Amino acid sequence: MNIDPRPSVIAERLKRVKRVIAVTGWKGGIGKSVTAATLALLLAKKGYKTGLFDLDFAGASGHLVLGAKGLFPKEEKGLEPPVYEGVKFMSVVFFSENKAVPLRGANVSDAIIELLAITQWGELDFLVLDMPPGINDAALDVMRFARGAEVLAVTAPSLLAHDVLERSLELYKKLCVPVLGVLENMSAGTRAKGADAVVRRDPGLERALGRPAALLKTAFAADLARAAAKLGITR
Amino acid sequence: MHEWALAESVIKSAVEHAGAQKLKKLKETGVLFGELQGIDREIFSFALEELRAQFPAARDCKFKITVEPAAFRCKACAHEFPLKGLSKTKDEAEFIHFVPEMAHTFLKCPKCKSPDFEIARGRGVSISYLKGEK
Repeated sequence: MNIDPRPSVIAERLKRVKRVIAVTGWKGGIGKSVTAATLALLLAKKGYKTGLFDLDFAGASGHLVLGAKGLFPKEEKGLEPPVYEGVKFMSVVFFSENKAVPLRGANVSDAIIELLAITQWGELDFLVLDMPPGINDAALDVMRFARGAEVLAVTAPSLLAHDVLERSLELYKKLCVPVLGVLENMSAGTRAKGADAVVRRDPGLERALGRPAALLKTAFAADLARAAAKLGITR
Repeated sequence: MHEWALAESVIKSAVEHAGAQKLKKLKETGVLFGELQGIDREIFSFALEELRAQFPAARDCKFKITVEPAAFRCKACAHEFPLKGLSKTKDEAEFIHFVPEMAHTFLKCPKCKSPDFEIARGRGVSISYLKGEK
């Protein structure tokens, strides 16, 4: 007999989280992490109790988007995520000293289960998950444990991204995971085929990365706020 | 005190599995501590005692803790090696304590220096057996 006890407490850790928004995107470089982190900042600014969990272990970048430095969780019957700009933030970078985390799939899964089991999120209106790109055992595990998670599917104006997106939506349907909608990022205009909401390409975005106040003033954040309302995340 | 969260997972899981196995009274639970994670036995046991009140089915259960030595197998050169002798700073040991997979960031195969190794044994906390009355 060998029982892994950790999954038994994951539901307990997420019990007081009202909504879990899984920001997914099956292609790299489409702005998934910037979307997830900015969405968390927008929600916190609106007064919602918000958490952000960077689950992209190989390419963790939520801390760079937020400009979060020198943070570490507090040990209190588990780990309490540090609060940064009103957002409870958890990331593997707290434990990797910003070094490479060369993990195989099963190891990523194990590390995610460990963090889900020991992180005490407390009461939250929203927990935004910056999901690992693509669909692998880690992404499937997150969907399995974070029951009730709603998917925000990010895509980019490219034939490749759209094609991969179609396949991902099919799978979420099979897994009975609710999809809030498709968000086309880096869009050239305000309308995009197959997308429920659009965030236009913003040349000023790069300069605002790492500075939450500046980030919230970008055209990107304004579009994202509109998209969040349109997709029923905020009122 | 992050041991508390893992102790809660052990007692909750033991009670749930005992229920599934139709054990009326849970008498003993075998707990394995993987050497790699370096769980503090005293803190863990203290947390279990504190949690017992919330789990009446485990009120009289004895938790028998055993440490399982860590063993690694290198994927690059197939070398097998123990934890003893691998160098790590105090901070690195602390990070591995929270997330054992950080071993891949801070430890390497002593023979070929690859971080691509398998944790064959002794990773973290698990339940090895349950004893009780049917």
